[in-house]
Amino acid sequence: MTEEQPIIAVTPGTLVGEVKRHCEQGWRLVQIGAAKLGELFEINYSFDRDLVFQNLRVQIPETAARLPSISGVYWCAFLYENEIHDLYGITFDGLVLDFKGTLYKTAIPAPFAVKPETPGVSASVVQPRV
Amino acid sequence: MATRTVIPFGPQHPVLPEPIHLDLVVEDEKVVEAIPSIGFIHRGLEKLVEKKDFPEFVYVAERICGICSFIHSQSYCQGIEEIMKLPVPPRAHYLRTIWGEISRVHSHLLWLGLMADAMGFESLFMHAWRVRERVLKIIEATTGGRVIFGVCKVGGVRRDIDAAAMRNVLAELAETERETKEIVKVFLNDGTVKHRLCGVGALAREDAYALGCVGPTLRASGWTNDTRKLGYAAFRELSFEPVTRTEGDCYARVAVRCDEIFQSIDLIRQAAAKIPGGELAVKVTGNPDGEVFVRTEQPRGEVLYYLKGNGTKNLQRFRVRTPTFANIPALVKSLQGCSLADVPVLVLTIDPCISCTER
Repeated sequence: MTEEQPIIAVTPGTLVGEVKRHCEQGWRLVQIGAAKLGELFEINYSFDRDLVFQNLRVQIPETAARLPSISGVYWCAFLYENEIHDLYGITFDGLVLDFKGTLYKTAIPAPFAVKPETPGVSASVVQPRV
Repeated sequence: MATRTVIPFGPQHPVLPEPIHLDLVVEDEKVVEAIPSIGFIHRGLEKLVEKKDFPEFVYVAERICGICSFIHSQSYCQGIEEIMKLPVPPRAHYLRTIWGEISRVHSHLLWLGLMADAMGFESLFMHAWRVRERVLKIIEATTGGRVIFGVCKVGGVRRDIDAAAMRNVLAELAETERETKEIVKVFLNDGTVKHRLCGVGALAREDAYALGCVGPTLRASGWTNDTRKLGYAAFRELSFEPVTRTEGDCYARVAVRCDEIFQSIDLIRQAAAKIPGGELAVKVTGNPDGEVFVRTEQPRGEVLYYLKGNGTKNLQRFRVRTPTFANIPALVKSLQGCSLADVPVLVLTIDPCISCTER
């Protein structure tokens, strides 16, 4: 292991508070990344301070794919949150710069939220977004 | 109040062969706001991990970027090796370090050429790319490729650099260093170059950090952040200090990259002197089960890989945050207040690579 990678579980309700605490303590926002795990979305917020790495992790059900935006704390988060919105369909409330789904041009909406393709079935069978 | 006009910049632009679009809101000649748009070349490479098995996916990872291709494959392999607890041979670590630093020299020389071209200094552009060609030939001689190296694999590397080839690499690098010193003199001292760069697009130390900058863009504003200091590959056994400047402007970003070329050559010399003998790779059995974040230092800055395996031959999740992605918010901020004529030069100083940004 090149570095320790602690992961702190948070909830949508405590997310912004935890992010604010990190910002006040001088952590740099490294990235926000999402993953689809079955019926859940898992979102990792990664931070760095003097080469120390730490993550906040929040899980939300795909039926309620909505999170508060942290772009009011870390302005640069707007780009990550727009990306996650366009690829996963997760809505971020309070985005400081909302591209409203136009950051990425994809053939189908929220392509990363769909289940892995069945072998032999092409993505082209999915109705393209108009 | 002056009339505001929106001027589109990109995605096709003479000085920027990368498809980023900016809506520049200008008052007379002054930019007051810049709104970025990307997404023109999103390839869905992260999603492709569901179809390619994990050893095969190295080829995809390496093709995320045509400039820092090797470090992409290295970062991916490091992640898989971390999850599977593979004991990568020390010689492979050193070879990866050498190829990674050669990539940095090639990338910075390429960028210096583009920078000169953006300023209209065509002879300087040609000199920078002439020197870069020497580096490409080193890459070709040691890997067989000029852009895609194809030498990194899960568990180690595919090719060796024997003692005779290493002597040739060092001799070529000595010439590269000598020639680079000549062109760096122009980049750092020429009056017209300084006129275009000094004081332009300055990012204050605090702003660069708060905006999530990485790499030379961050180090040009006084920060020492360099993920090579984490000690991955052979870096833990090599001696170096991150190159920094304090001005935070376009000139500082150029100066950091110029100095990093010489630093990389020094690191290659150190690695060549210390490289141990032994195997090039270990045998890989089983499938990755677990998750890991990997951070490495590409020429443009810190790249982050997140890999999650579930014990099958396909990863469950593959995520890359490239350095250009992290530097776009800072670019948008630094464009505010600049002259319209400075926009192309300023955009170039973050060394944008939109292809890898969109993956």
